[in-house]
Amino acid sequence: MTVALVGTGVAEAVSKSIPGSILASDEKTVVVSADKLYPAAEFLKTSEFAFDYLANLTSADYLDYFEVVYHLVSLKKNHSLVLKTRIYGREAPAVASVVPLWRGAELQEREVFDLMGISFEGHPNLKRILLWDGFPGHPLRRDYL
Amino acid sequence: MEATETRTEPFVINLGPHHPSTHGVFRMRVTFDGEVVVDVEPMFGYLHRGIEKLAEGRTYTQIIPLTDRLDYLASMTNNWGYVMAVEKLAGVPVPERAEYLRVIVGEMMRISSHLLATGFLINELGAFFTPLMYMYREREKILDLFDMLCGQRLTYNYMRVGGVSHDPPPEFWPAVKRFVREMPGYIDEYEGLVTTNEIVLARTKDVGVLSKELAINASASGPFLRATGVDWDLRRDDTYSIYDRFKFDIPVGTNGDVFDRYMCRIQEMRQCCRIIEQALQQIPRGEFRARLPHLVRPPAGEVYGHIEAPRGELGFYLVSDNSIAPYRFHVRPSTMINLTTLRDLTIGWKLADLIVIFGSIDVVLGEIDR
Repeated sequence: MTVALVGTGVAEAVSKSIPGSILASDEKTVVVSADKLYPAAEFLKTSEFAFDYLANLTSADYLDYFEVVYHLVSLKKNHSLVLKTRIYGREAPAVASVVPLWRGAELQEREVFDLMGISFEGHPNLKRILLWDGFPGHPLRRDYL
Repeated sequence: MEATETRTEPFVINLGPHHPSTHGVFRMRVTFDGEVVVDVEPMFGYLHRGIEKLAEGRTYTQIIPLTDRLDYLASMTNNWGYVMAVEKLAGVPVPERAEYLRVIVGEMMRISSHLLATGFLINELGAFFTPLMYMYREREKILDLFDMLCGQRLTYNYMRVGGVSHDPPPEFWPAVKRFVREMPGYIDEYEGLVTTNEIVLARTKDVGVLSKELAINASASGPFLRATGVDWDLRRDDTYSIYDRFKFDIPVGTNGDVFDRYMCRIQEMRQCCRIIEQALQQIPRGEFRARLPHLVRPPAGEVYGHIEAPRGELGFYLVSDNSIAPYRFHVRPSTMINLTTLRDLTIGWKLADLIVIFGSIDVVLGEIDR
């Protein structure tokens, strides 16, 4: 059975290594600030947490901010964590790409870019994936329809 | 005399979206040097129906038929993954009998899906349609059983939040028992025809090798991941439903080539039969659906539920705002994420191998494009 790590405990370890990166944490999740996402993700992958598998990457639109959600799993230790980041502002939301850490993010980040309109800086091939170039807007945003 | 040098120019071919070997409407933009693949760019979206957006305007129960249309070769497991996520979110208990029924139909769905995966793979190896028809023969029997359960052969809409839609009719039980008894013999038949065939071995051994490290790093899942030697199956490693009550093995490959993927699927079908047999012995009498209000209204919050679907980890990410429709509905598409490494697998191989390697990943476009 995969053990879901307690978010507050992980958040403590992350903030020790990368000061000022934690926005919030609770039982299940750790929320890091958007500018510290990459170092925090790198820490979670390389430290004793050993999150070697990015199970799922998605996003949600809460109108005040966008949330990008990373479901991390460690196949070695069989534990999991929900990592999140928040991006404020609706004009040109952007966050660092995690493709250098987990290749599995490649197509999923393209999907978030396409349907939610969040850019991933450092993505090797960031373009629309399901919709065609020139499609107006990003359908999964709550203010689209 | 000076030796003449033959030079080739790279040229681009669009494989698909209407190419018969692309399993739907998948398009690959392939650059060739002669017959050798230099670059592959997968292109998606030809079957995009906006299911994630549609779901935001429907009640939790109305979404179940939408999930049928994701991976349309394994609709039962799509139903299951979704209702399990909703049950987790709403805290709904599921009756024992319903859990057993879900395991039985889920494992039959896995057999049916793997039958088509191996059948089409052999088809693409050049054994034109005859072996595939052998596998369709058994798939038909499974579809007939599902027809008895819910009156549908492809889009079942069988699972409900808190159970299943119908209790099986009396004629279902002898038919499913007979199927499970006969199925291992049919698998032996396929193996006798295919597994030791010299042409199959020559075309699949050491072709399209995926390394363990890359498979994990690229979030591969299902038989595609296990063929590389990674022993990871959500049924055992993140046990859901009642899978902890059954004895079964998880077949694992060694090389991560096309042959290992084929073997993993064949052996997995045998394990499915084992699980169904045990479930048939243990299934209790009782309710098949929990008594719930007509409209499910989960408390505000979010959940990520995942199951081991035939093609890999199928996940549902739901955000609820305590209304009758989800605030956000996301499907983790197993086969699309498996395609991340398509380029790494195929570069340097010939056109005919490209088709085989792509076939061995076993994609369904309904799930990729959603």
